[in-house]
Amino acid sequence: MHLNQDERDMLEGKHGIGVANAMKILVGIGEAFQAEKMSKVSRVHISLSNQEGDLWFVKKLVEGGAKCKVMSTVNPAFNKKYFEKICTFSPQELEVHKETQNAYKKIGIVPTFQCTPYFENNVPRFRETVAFAASGASCFVNSVYGARTNRESSQSALCAAITGVTPLYGFLLDEKRKGNVLIEVNAEIKNDFDFQLLGYAVPQKMGSGVPVFCGIEKEPSKEAFMNLSTELNVHGVIPMFHVLGMTPEAKTLDDCFHGEKPKKVIEIKNEDLDQVRKTLSAGKGEISFVILGCPHLTISQIKEVAQMVEGRKLKTELWIFTSYLNKELSERMGLAEVISKAGGRIVEDSCVDQPIWAHMEGKKGLTESPKCAYYVAKRKMKLIVRSLQECVQAAIEGEVR
Amino acid sequence: MKRADFLKFSCRNVTGGKVAGEAVLTNEAINFYLVDPDSGKIIEEGHGLEGESISDKIIVFPSDKGSSVVQLDGLFLAAEKGNKPKAFVVKELSTVLVSNSIIMEIPLVCDVEGQFYEVIQKGDWVEIEADELLIKQKNK
Repeated sequence: MHLNQDERDMLEGKHGIGVANAMKILVGIGEAFQAEKMSKVSRVHISLSNQEGDLWFVKKLVEGGAKCKVMSTVNPAFNKKYFEKICTFSPQELEVHKETQNAYKKIGIVPTFQCTPYFENNVPRFRETVAFAASGASCFVNSVYGARTNRESSQSALCAAITGVTPLYGFLLDEKRKGNVLIEVNAEIKNDFDFQLLGYAVPQKMGSGVPVFCGIEKEPSKEAFMNLSTELNVHGVIPMFHVLGMTPEAKTLDDCFHGEKPKKVIEIKNEDLDQVRKTLSAGKGEISFVILGCPHLTISQIKEVAQMVEGRKLKTELWIFTSYLNKELSERMGLAEVISKAGGRIVEDSCVDQPIWAHMEGKKGLTESPKCAYYVAKRKMKLIVRSLQECVQAAIEGEVR
Repeated sequence: MKRADFLKFSCRNVTGGKVAGEAVLTNEAINFYLVDPDSGKIIEEGHGLEGESISDKIIVFPSDKGSSVVQLDGLFLAAEKGNKPKAFVVKELSTVLVSNSIIMEIPLVCDVEGQFYEVIQKGDWVEIEADELLIKQKNK
């Protein structure tokens, strides 16, 4: 691939070994995807994970003297100050946490610790070239804003932050943003939760590609788009979708398919969503906990929870994961107090997939997020997926019907 | 082994390198986070390869799946325990898989000639060198 003088200098180590390493990885990716050249990026989101692989890689770059050239927000790890009072961490977990925080600080990220950067702090404009990791976030900014990003790995996004460039291929090009599978939604899509089910069902039916949804009549809420972007990328690899008449590159079907015919047409019926519901939502009886906020709940969702629990005493633990800004807003709005009085918790800067659930091992609970259920299962908890409202109701009643 | 026993296919060796090993196969995408580092076994419930080890294997699969960071951790921990796969043979490339393959130094191959998929069996011996993939069939 063609590199300009500045890019060659970086590759050859003139800006240090860390920058050279980052460039080497980007050139490797560029060659894999037959990119002709690099493209400048204006903003980055890194899916920091506070795991050993993540730490090993960022440390290697830090040791090589690398620094972020471009503004980069990051995903959450866990809020140590908060969880220290509740959990017992192993010395190794604390060490990984400390080193991760230090390494990312040294490399110069903006410590947002939020998995929905597209709502706050890192909002790209239409056609802006960016490098977003966090598969749900990449999909959201591509699809809903019409910004341009590949479905970056956390590491390739970090390399872009350090060098200021990313290979020009894939979803940075007009051609690749073309829809190729038409999804005819002939199912009732009534609420935000139905978009979780839709996002779960579609990749199983279509495989990979760029789906174009038609038949969604009601304008999806921002939470619905958040759910859809996230779930399309749990059991699938869907970096972008179009919703006919609603997303910015989808005025008409011709717009979506660039004047061509779809390669596949897939119908989603009520039965398909019921099938997903059967897989994810089965189970009844007593529960011990409810976990909400994968991805982080929005302030509107927190408000809804507060309205439901106001004046009640919860029978199970209720965990709400959100951004530091929404946490602050929930305090200003009095929602945090209502939720806390009922026995619920709102925690910022944290991800559900972290070593914070030792006290829940072997127990059964609910979540509104299929992604949470899929990943947190590794932590030996049994999770049933229901809508946000059903989850909160179950926390009030201590059981799920 | 006589080279005449090998079936030869063209492929695209994405990250370069030479590698040989035993094949494991699946038609399902793999999330490398859901691998037990101590045994190298896939632990995703209901996956076609659930309970099978990918340690030291050449994995033939359509694509990876899952979010943008956790798969590196799965591969990193497996590598720490000596259970890294030998190579990836895929139908579709993703940025996540390519970057993990570069970072973890696991050779990655795609665009293998169509007939490969008709003859390859679990346990066959596979050798990859430059843009060529060779199979020594186990049962022949």
